[in-house]
Amino acid sequence: MIETQNITFSPERLAQVQTLLKRYPEGKQKSAILPILHLAQKDFGWISVEVMDYVAGLLDIQHIEVYEVATFYTMFHVHPVGRNVLEVCRTGPCMLVGSDNIVKYLEQKLNIQDGETTPDGMFTIKTVECLGACGYAPMMQVGEKYHEFLTEEKIDQLLEAFRQNATQL
Amino acid sequence: MSRLKILTEHIHKPEITGIEGYIKNGGYRAVEKALKKMQPDEVTEEVKKSGLRGRGGAGFPTGMKWSFIFKGSDKPRYLLCNADESEPGTFKDRLLMEKIPHLLVEGMIASSFALGVRTAYIYIRGEYMYILHILQQAIDEAYAKGYLGENILGTSYSLDLHVHPGGGAYICGEETALIESLEGKRGNPRIKPPFPAVEGLWGCPTIVNNVETICKVPFIINEGGEAYAKIGIGASTGTKLISACGNINKPGVYEIELGVPVEEFIYSDEYCGGIKGGKQLKALVPGGSSVPILPNRLITTTAKGEPRLMSYESLADGGFATGSMLGSGGFIVFDEDQCVVRNTWNFSRFYHHESCGQCSPCREGTGWMEKILHRLEHGHGRMEDIDLLWDVQRKIEGNTICPFGDASAWPVAAAIRHFRDEFEWHVLQPQEATRRNYGMGRSAEPIEQVTA
Repeated sequence: MIETQNITFSPERLAQVQTLLKRYPEGKQKSAILPILHLAQKDFGWISVEVMDYVAGLLDIQHIEVYEVATFYTMFHVHPVGRNVLEVCRTGPCMLVGSDNIVKYLEQKLNIQDGETTPDGMFTIKTVECLGACGYAPMMQVGEKYHEFLTEEKIDQLLEAFRQNATQL
Repeated sequence: MSRLKILTEHIHKPEITGIEGYIKNGGYRAVEKALKKMQPDEVTEEVKKSGLRGRGGAGFPTGMKWSFIFKGSDKPRYLLCNADESEPGTFKDRLLMEKIPHLLVEGMIASSFALGVRTAYIYIRGEYMYILHILQQAIDEAYAKGYLGENILGTSYSLDLHVHPGGGAYICGEETALIESLEGKRGNPRIKPPFPAVEGLWGCPTIVNNVETICKVPFIINEGGEAYAKIGIGASTGTKLISACGNINKPGVYEIELGVPVEEFIYSDEYCGGIKGGKQLKALVPGGSSVPILPNRLITTTAKGEPRLMSYESLADGGFATGSMLGSGGFIVFDEDQCVVRNTWNFSRFYHHESCGQCSPCREGTGWMEKILHRLEHGHGRMEDIDLLWDVQRKIEGNTICPFGDASAWPVAAAIRHFRDEFEWHVLQPQEATRRNYGMGRSAEPIEQVTA
């Protein structure tokens, strides 16, 4: 799990925030809240209260305004998660072609349940609702990437690749 | 037979993603034509003539929507593109934005010009972040070529276009929730009126259009509204992207001329290629999870015995008693092995998960429906649960601020209406129901003709 002691954006990120703010009229900087929360999650791993407070400071708005947004939108992890969050779609069209089995296989393979994180902090399984890949189901999203037409073999390969990737870091 | 493709003709050319390739294939001609040779109202007039209807699901005439934009104040006006594609079964806008992003950029410029808009946003669902980068690249290219920014192509017209990510909330596809979200708030739909065309983003006149709708505008400008209106059938003009999924041989996105028979769409090799594994067709959800499910006997023919066509009118023929809706074009096909109770429970869980929580009938009702359906599916159902479920969905429909409530109620109502025998079987044979599926049941039996 990524520690969240030091909640500060890098100078590059801060420059990016400034660019984002220019997209909205003066005084409407609150609009940048979702794009900035996405950046924060990328950098800090999850959205802790400290992160929310930091974002509120950047936007010069009340803390509560960030809390209520961060907890409404389900993409934001408001609890610590593993390095790779395996977001498996479980909605109707995916279910029709076997997403239930994909979730079961992942749970068995990683020895954790939906919503849990492996003890090494490598993986979290999170079932999610429709990701707009119904024709390429079953599928899961990891980070920004969509992994489609999932099979057990494909999952084995992906998990291995994520582990490899982690050891290189 | 090769068919007319308005959006996807060039989509398989790798070069089409970049601005050079897009221009080489005739791109940005509509911007040239509109900005240099037309008045804004003339563009709106062509869109009206085209008969184009909103492709997000509601099918409201686009030209008419545009004509509602309030011009009586000096407030800025906004055009928002709804790219929050999240209706289960729908994955069509994703294809356009990923493969031919400049078509959307071009459509946004021409539409903004028609509406007198100087700043426009594309609100894209947060999970499509990788597509947001593709769109941003396209926008950057368009700025560099002078199609965006100050004095576009040397005219007096200027426009800024930005992309904005959502955060994973289905409700933000509802236009006033989208506006709230873009303002940096929770996606709680607003009470209407005032309509966004009068008071939308930051209290300013705002039009919200779906990606596919906006992508039709360049063709309408280039070829004229009448040319577009000649395509399709009746009041269902033009082409529509259908995203087909479920138990079919060829899932994917197809651009069809409206009016193609449903039977042809499901069984011909040009489209879905038939049911996977040669199984029987049990049911169809033709327009995304919110629209009524149809049993086998009402799919390829209407209750009147006429061929069912892929059009707004034909899919709705018979009302909710025996028809459904074209909706967003999310075409979900169920084979004989699928369980309608399980699927209805799945959809109810989705709506419970996605309810914004503002209105009690929806916030509480979706949860109750999910619980009752869970009980039925898992062998603990009681016969009175079926009527209770009917009662709950009736009390949600029409009693909420936004159409989400209806969208959560309709699939439940239609499932009970057409598959009541399957629900009852789950109650009567709870053990068996956890071991096997019900099969076709009565879904393929001919309809009893009722004469008034």
